[in-house]
Amino acid sequence: MIRFDQVSVTYGDGAAPVVHGVDLTVPEGELVLVVGPSGVGKSTLLGTVSGLVPHFTGGTLHGRVTVDGRDTREHRPRELADVVGTVGQDPLAHFVTDTVEDELAYGMECLGLPPDTMRRRVEETLDLLGLADLRDRPVAALSGGQMQRVAIGSVLTTHPKVLVLDEPTSALDPAAAEEVLAVLQRLVHDLGTTVLMAEHRLERVVQYADQVLLLPAPGAAPVLGEPAEVMALSPVRPPVVALGRLAGWSPLPLSVRDARRRAAGLRERLDALEPPAERDGSGGSGGSGSPGGAGGEPLAEVSSLTVRRGRITALEEVDLTVRPGETIALMGRNGAGKSTLLNTLVGMYEPARGTVRLGGASGAVPHRTRPSELLRRVGLVPQDPRDLLYADTVAAECAGADRDADAEPGTCRALVSTLLPDVHDDTHPRDLSEGQRLALALAVVLTAAPPLLLLDEPTRGLDYAAKERLTGVLRALADDGHAVVLATHDVELAAELARRVVILADGEIVADGPSTEVVTSSPAFAPQTAKILAPRRWLTVGQVRTALEEAGVSV
Amino acid sequence: MTPRQPLSALRVLRAPRATRSNALHAGAWWLWALGLATAASRTTNPLLLALIIAVTAYVVAARRTDAPWARGYGAFLKIALAVLVIRLFFAVFLGSPIPGTTVLFTLPEVPLPDWAQGVRIGGRVTAEGLVFALRDGLKLATMLVCVGAANALASPARLLKSLPAALYEAGMAVVVAMTFAPHLIADVRRLRAARRLRGRDDKGIRAVLRIGLPVLEGALERSVALAASMDARGYGRTARVPPAVRRTTAALTLGGLLGVCAGTYGLLAAQGAALGLPVLLLGLAAALGGLWLGGRRAVRSRYRPDRWGTRAWLVSASGAAVGAAVAWAASRLPEALDPPPVPLTAPELPLWPAAAVLAGLLPAFVAPVPAPRTETDAGSVSRTGQTPPAKETTRA
Repeated sequence: MIRFDQVSVTYGDGAAPVVHGVDLTVPEGELVLVVGPSGVGKSTLLGTVSGLVPHFTGGTLHGRVTVDGRDTREHRPRELADVVGTVGQDPLAHFVTDTVEDELAYGMECLGLPPDTMRRRVEETLDLLGLADLRDRPVAALSGGQMQRVAIGSVLTTHPKVLVLDEPTSALDPAAAEEVLAVLQRLVHDLGTTVLMAEHRLERVVQYADQVLLLPAPGAAPVLGEPAEVMALSPVRPPVVALGRLAGWSPLPLSVRDARRRAAGLRERLDALEPPAERDGSGGSGGSGSPGGAGGEPLAEVSSLTVRRGRITALEEVDLTVRPGETIALMGRNGAGKSTLLNTLVGMYEPARGTVRLGGASGAVPHRTRPSELLRRVGLVPQDPRDLLYADTVAAECAGADRDADAEPGTCRALVSTLLPDVHDDTHPRDLSEGQRLALALAVVLTAAPPLLLLDEPTRGLDYAAKERLTGVLRALADDGHAVVLATHDVELAAELARRVVILADGEIVADGPSTEVVTSSPAFAPQTAKILAPRRWLTVGQVRTALEEAGVSV
Repeated sequence: MTPRQPLSALRVLRAPRATRSNALHAGAWWLWALGLATAASRTTNPLLLALIIAVTAYVVAARRTDAPWARGYGAFLKIALAVLVIRLFFAVFLGSPIPGTTVLFTLPEVPLPDWAQGVRIGGRVTAEGLVFALRDGLKLATMLVCVGAANALASPARLLKSLPAALYEAGMAVVVAMTFAPHLIADVRRLRAARRLRGRDDKGIRAVLRIGLPVLEGALERSVALAASMDARGYGRTARVPPAVRRTTAALTLGGLLGVCAGTYGLLAAQGAALGLPVLLLGLAAALGGLWLGGRRAVRSRYRPDRWGTRAWLVSASGAAVGAAVAWAASRLPEALDPPPVPLTAPELPLWPAAAVLAGLLPAFVAPVPAPRTETDAGSVSRTGQTPPAKETTRA
C-alpha cells in the first residue's frame, strides 16, 4: 500500500538528512506504529506519505514514496486527498469549518462527491465514531477526546485507504485515548484501512500494532518488524516491555493481559518482598488527608473553593493542603478542573466562594497579590511552555527571568545548564524540542526559587528519556523541600513521582490519598506494573528492580 | 416535546425547532438586517432609531444559537456606542455647522491662521449642535447594530455555501480570516495571563503590547498548520478544463468588469446616460457568464446547503418591508423622520413608520427556534467544561 524506496529527507539548512535510507513496504490493512526518541524524524516520515513533505514543508526528498501506486513527487497533497487521510497532533489546528457535521463533510466537498453520497457517509461516520449526539455542536466547544474523534472522522468520510496519525492520544486522558484507539482498531479490522501512526505513549498503543517501525536515532536506518521483536531492540519502551525484559520473558509481552499470564513466577518471587509503597503506606495510609513524609507549615491551603468560569462551575467545594516536600498528582478526565485549580493557585481566577492561601494562615491570597510578589511563593509551568517564553534567544530569556525575580545575574542560566546541558545561548526558544522547551520554562520559573511548584500536563509530547530526566529533576526538587503539584493524564508518571494522588471529576475531589491506594484501586488510573502484579502494590518497574536487587534474588 | 394534538392552523404556523434541514437561509438574515439598516439610514429620529435597535435586539435574543459567531452582537453594540461617543467628541471640540443659539458652555478656542478658515478647535458648544451630532451618530450606530445582528444570526460558513463556485476559494479565505480573530483574542488573553507567572504586570496596555510578538508567532504557526491541513484534505483541487474555456473565462470576467465600470461612469457622468445603462447591463452579463464558466474549474460539491423556503421569504420580506416603508415615509413626512435641529424640540414618534418598523419583529416568530442552549458552551473557548458522554465514564 505504501512503498518507501530509498527515501531520505533533508531540510534546507540542515547538513545531515533528517530521515535516511528508508526502504520498506507497508502492506494493506495493517496498523503500523512508528516509534523512536523525539527529534528522530517520525513526523517527517509521516509527512512524506501525505505529500506534505516536501510539497508543503520544503526540503529535499530523495528516493520515491508511492501510496496506492501514486508517486508523491508528482502528486501534491490535495491530489492525494482521496487516498491518504492525515490527522496532526493538534486537532484544533486541523478544523476548517465550525460545526461537527460540516467538518465531517469538508473533505468530501473538496473531492466533489455527490450530495446523497456525502449525506450517507456523514451519517455512517457519526455512528462509527459515536458522534451522533454532537452533530450540530461547534467544534471549539468539544472536549479533547471528542475533538480527536471528529478529526479522525473528518478524514474517514473520504474513505481513504491510508490513515496517517501523528500522536493521536498524547493530549487525551486514559479513557478518551482508549476510545480513539478502539475506533482505529475497528477501522483496521472492519474496513481494511492501513494505519500509520506515531505515538510517544507506547503503553497505550503498542498492543494494537501489527508491525512496529523503529527509528533508533536521527539518520539511522529504520527497522520494521513484529512488535515483540522490535521492542526488544527499542530504546523507548513501555513499562510492560521493560518489566518483561527485567524478568527475561521471551517473546516480550505487549499487553497487560500477556504479561499477567506470564507473571505468575515473578509474582511468587516478589511475594517475599515488600513493595516500598506498602512500607511507606503503613505509616500514613490510615488517613485520607496527608500521607507520611511531609510536614511543616503548609505551603498552600485551599478550603471549600468554588470557581466559576462563565456559567460553568469549574471547581466545587475543593479542599486541598500542600506541605513542603510533597509531590501531588492531580488526575481526572479532560475538563475535570485540574488546570483551573492550578490557575487559581497562581491567582488567575478569583474564587467565587472559599479561600486560597499561600504559606500558612497569614499567607498571601493569590489573586490579590502583585505578580512580582507572587513569583516568590508559587511558580506554574503552563500546559504550553511557549506561553512563558517571550525572548528570541535562550540567553535573553534567562536575563529576563533574572530581572523579573531580582535574582543574581546568571541564576537562571545556571539552572538551564543543569537541566539542559547542551543548549546554546543564542538558540531561539521556539527551535527547541518539546522537552527542552519544558526544561527552559522550568528553569525560568525556578529562578525566583518558589517553594511551591505547579506543572500543568508536563509530559505531553515528551519521549521516555525526556520524561525520565524530568522525573529526576522533580524528585531532586521535592527532596530539597519544594512541594510539587502536577496535573497529568500520564498514570505512569504519577506512579513514578507522586506520593499522593488527587482525582478530580466535574470540579469535585473524588479521591485524595497516597498514590498506592488511589491509583491501584481504579483500573483507569493504575499503571501497567500495578495491573500486572496486582494485588500487590508494585507501581513501577524501578521499584521491582530495586527490590529484587536488594534481596539478591536473581531473575 | 409536546404530545401530538390534532393539527390546527396555528400549530402549523408556529416556528419549528431548528435542525440542519429547516435552518433559515443565511442570506435571508442578511437581507432582513440590510432592510433594517436601510430604514435606519433614512431617518435621524432618535425614537425610531432606538426602536430599530430594540427590534434587532429582540430578534437576536429570540433566535440566536450558541455558536461562537453568535456572541458578536454585544461586541457590535459596544462598537456602536464608541461611534456615538466619537461623534459627540468631535461635535464638542471641533464645533458644529449647526447655527445653534442655546449655548451650553464655551471652551477656550485655539486661534488658527487664515488658510485654515472654516476649521475651528474649541469655542462655543450649543445644545442644537450636540443634538444634531447625537442623532447623526445614532443613525450610524443603528446601522452598525443591524450588521451585528445579521452577524450573530447567520453563520458566515453557511453564507459561503451560497456563493458561486468560482468565488468559493476567495470566500473560504475570508471565512478563515474571520474565525482567526477569536483565536487571536483568546491567545492574547492567555499570554497576558501568563505574564503573571513571570512576575510581570498582567494589566494595562503595556502588557498587551509586550506579548505582541509571541501572539503573532503563534498565529502564524497556526495558520501554517491550518493551511497544511486544508491542503491535505483536498482544498484547491481543480478539474482540468480545455485552455479555450479558461481563456474565455478570463476574457469574459475582465471585459465584464470593465463594462460595469464604464457603464457606471456613463450613468453618473453628465453626458452619456443613454449609453451607460446598456453598457452596464452588458458588462454585468459578461461578468456573470465569466463566473459561471469559472465555476466549471471547481470540482467542489455542496453538503446540505440551506434551502430558501417560505420562512426565508417571510424573514427577508419583513426586512425589505421595513426598509421600503421608512424610505417612503422619509419622502412623505420629512419633518417627522428627519426633524430639524433648530429650534430644539422633543422628538415625536411618527405612528405609522413606527408600526412599520415593528414589522421587523416577524423573524422572532417565524424563524425556526434554535435548540436550547447547553450550559457547557457558555463562556470559554477552551476545552474545559464538556462532560464526556456516559460511555467514557463507564469504561473508566
